[in-house]
Amino acid sequence: MKDYDIVIVGGGPAGLAAAAAAKKAGSDSILIIERDRELGGILNQCIHNGFGLHTFKEELTGPEYAQRFIDEVLTLGIDYRLDTMVMDIAPDKTVTAMNRTDGMFQIKAKAVVLCMGCRERPRGALNIPGYRPAGIFSAGTAQRLVNIEGYMPGREVVILGSGDIGLIMARRMTLEGAIVKVVAEVMPYSGGLKRNIVQCLNDFDIPLLLSHTVIDIEGKEHIKAVTIAEVGPDRKPIKGTEVRYTCDTLLLSVGLIPENELSRNAGVEMNPVTNGPIVNESLETSIPGVFACGNVLHVHDLVDFVSEEAKKAGENAAAFVLGKAQEESGQKITLHGESGVRYTVPSHIDPKRLSDNLTVRFRVGDIYKDSYVSVYYGNERVRHVKKRIIAPGEMEQVVLLKDDLLKRPELTDITLKIEEA
Amino acid sequence: MLYDVIVIGAGITGAAVARELSRYELSVCVLEKGEDVCSGTTKANSAIIHAGYDALPGSMKAKMNVEGNRMFDELSKTLDFPFRRNGSFVVCLDENEKDGIRSLYDRGIKNGVTDMEILDGEGARALEKNLSEKTVSVLYAKTAGIVCPFKMNIAYAENAYENGADFFFNTEVEKISKNNDGTWLLSTNNGTYKTRVIVNAAGVYADKFHNMVSEKKLHITPRRGEYNLLDKTAGGIVDRTIFQLPTKKGKGVLVAPTVHGNVIVGPTSVETPDHEETRTTQEGIDFLTEKAVSCIPKLPMRQVITGFAGLRAHEDGGDFILGPADPEETFFDCAGIESPGLSSAPAIGVLVSGMIKDRLKAKEKASFKPERKDILNPANLSIEERNRLIKENPAYGRIICRCESVTEGEIIDAIRRPLGARSLDGIKRRTRAGMGRCQAGFCSPRVMEIICRETGLSLTDITKSGGDSKIVMCRTKGVRED
Repeated sequence: MKDYDIVIVGGGPAGLAAAAAAKKAGSDSILIIERDRELGGILNQCIHNGFGLHTFKEELTGPEYAQRFIDEVLTLGIDYRLDTMVMDIAPDKTVTAMNRTDGMFQIKAKAVVLCMGCRERPRGALNIPGYRPAGIFSAGTAQRLVNIEGYMPGREVVILGSGDIGLIMARRMTLEGAIVKVVAEVMPYSGGLKRNIVQCLNDFDIPLLLSHTVIDIEGKEHIKAVTIAEVGPDRKPIKGTEVRYTCDTLLLSVGLIPENELSRNAGVEMNPVTNGPIVNESLETSIPGVFACGNVLHVHDLVDFVSEEAKKAGENAAAFVLGKAQEESGQKITLHGESGVRYTVPSHIDPKRLSDNLTVRFRVGDIYKDSYVSVYYGNERVRHVKKRIIAPGEMEQVVLLKDDLLKRPELTDITLKIEEA
Repeated sequence: MLYDVIVIGAGITGAAVARELSRYELSVCVLEKGEDVCSGTTKANSAIIHAGYDALPGSMKAKMNVEGNRMFDELSKTLDFPFRRNGSFVVCLDENEKDGIRSLYDRGIKNGVTDMEILDGEGARALEKNLSEKTVSVLYAKTAGIVCPFKMNIAYAENAYENGADFFFNTEVEKISKNNDGTWLLSTNNGTYKTRVIVNAAGVYADKFHNMVSEKKLHITPRRGEYNLLDKTAGGIVDRTIFQLPTKKGKGVLVAPTVHGNVIVGPTSVETPDHEETRTTQEGIDFLTEKAVSCIPKLPMRQVITGFAGLRAHEDGGDFILGPADPEETFFDCAGIESPGLSSAPAIGVLVSGMIKDRLKAKEKASFKPERKDILNPANLSIEERNRLIKENPAYGRIICRCESVTEGEIIDAIRRPLGARSLDGIKRRTRAGMGRCQAGFCSPRVMEIICRETGLSLTDITKSGGDSKIVMCRTKGVRED
């Protein structure tokens, strides 16, 4: 296996966009390593529409959206390996990978772009009491079985968690003739997009129980029923509110976890809130030349934003290997999330290295109505934008202008806050 | 056909007895109601090899435990299953209860346990830095170990099979009767089986079979024990198995590393009339957390990747019952096998097979092969060796389970080898595919596909663990069957 300047770990939406952008930015030595049999990542099983509204101004299905980027990667002649697993990324950017034909091989890369995506939180992590029968799936596993393999897990479905995949699967299972009895969400708000609540639950009269959770699972071999109870503000079940639902399938959509085992082993510094790497304005991690984008960095709601973020990471990786990256100026501005803002991506910026502006993405920890997103440069409030609703299930962003920052050479801290009216 | 010996149950005890019997010129058969070996108590326990200071001096438990423990170094090499003598601590957190440590030590001496030491809090914390600062006294037993119970059970069964023992799964014994010629007839859901000798290694059901042939009744009460398993990121928080000294306020729980680098916490102990009640409860989970953290305050209970429960076969008398069931001389009990059953299994295998050999005057079999090789784990190879392997068999180059880095080659081996896996749990126990932090989210569809390809089963036949535990129900409405 020959060496490559840039190794892109993952051929999903982030990896594809990063590769195309790196190539267009002048790098001719790029390899995408994908563990699945096809490029496109999780989009291949997302056969519903609603992708690409921002990027292409049209509504595409997941595979259609992926295909646009796959076509671009193919047209640009970018190398890729399928069915290939990255086993290790060393701090010196030696990537060890393995597949059936090349065996185990190492590539000494000059830059690595982390595009591994995320995985679903399993039942075990929730420690739901009860039996451990067949018929319990994370929503994405069920989605794969239905949409790719063409098999139904069952006919009578209960869904725990209102993450987007769970909501999408509520509709999908209904369209396949299953009865989705209820979606229970332990938090007092949904974890998914508003549009998915409307289009996947409300339109099919599927009840969403907020502040409810599964407290027991019945069935020794195959699941037979679950008990759902209301939870108090401490998220503990309230006695007397238990309702039993018979079912043959329990789907879980209870959170996504960025897949950062490789990043951690490489020694990349992590953000405990996002479970993704800490990155700077260039989406570069604590290891110079190692970049991160997409769901491995922080979980996104819309693939359009993944593509946009990955494009930047790809361009920056190319600039890094071509020696075109702007020198560090020494000014480091740290970004903080406060009063409801759980995190920001990036975590710190060097204003001289910005192109002309910087999109800062963040999530909030609660529902805020008619509140303001405020940006503070030090103690100075420079932005105060009213929003009708801000919810944990929807990623937010503010754009910082390079010129604004360059005018403040003493600036060390930027704070994002949610402020009530 | 008439077997010399039929063993009821393919758990660790049944498999160990069958393997030891396969040394002799005897026809041996194992009947198992589950779809695989290791389907009952053996699959859900602490995975601990006890030193042997716990059981009452003079009891079968004490004798078998200490003898069994001594066999593990050699046995784990011969049968190729993971075992490590990591040592155990019994921790006392209360100055007033300190005498309990001394009593355990004395009991250990009486039982023949070697390499024990009493440490003070400071001495203990020098070895286990995450131990509670309240620790006042510790019994350190260096001979205690940890094992992979699945692999140990599977290794015993595979070796028995390779040495000629027959295994029938999904075969539940319903009735036992005696023929006029003194042989036994076992009626099952899967036909009848004839044998000279029966070994009753039926776990929580051992009393049922014993009571079919003996007037001296046994009574087994299943004791449910819940466990939590923590991610490998929590590995290293303890190196030794940490028990708590039972006190007037009750029994604690153990915190131990597993041979695979996870951390196990448990068990609870609740008696249940239901012989299949392997469920977890909120009370149980809360109890585990409270107790475990009292001993290892930094234990990251948020990193739980799964919870499960097992049933221990507690007999009223409190000891193992090993030997002929009065008045029958050809019906051998291995009953009441609760903790330390796993530690004792090698010794029980030797003891009970010895009794049967004497009874049937069996000769040693020249062709007996004691060694068995586990599924090849490519992770233990150098890159060069690994590449040679992949060249020979490309399936070893394809990762199926990402969390545990299990290759397609290992999964195929698990299916094709003697007593091969047919279910997702069967694959999981043999290869660890699906046992990692994503708990089979990614790999289960791929493993199902491989099982179908290898066995000719269809996807709708694949189960989690046999019986009614089917993974998918039917095709989606748009798919043509062809």
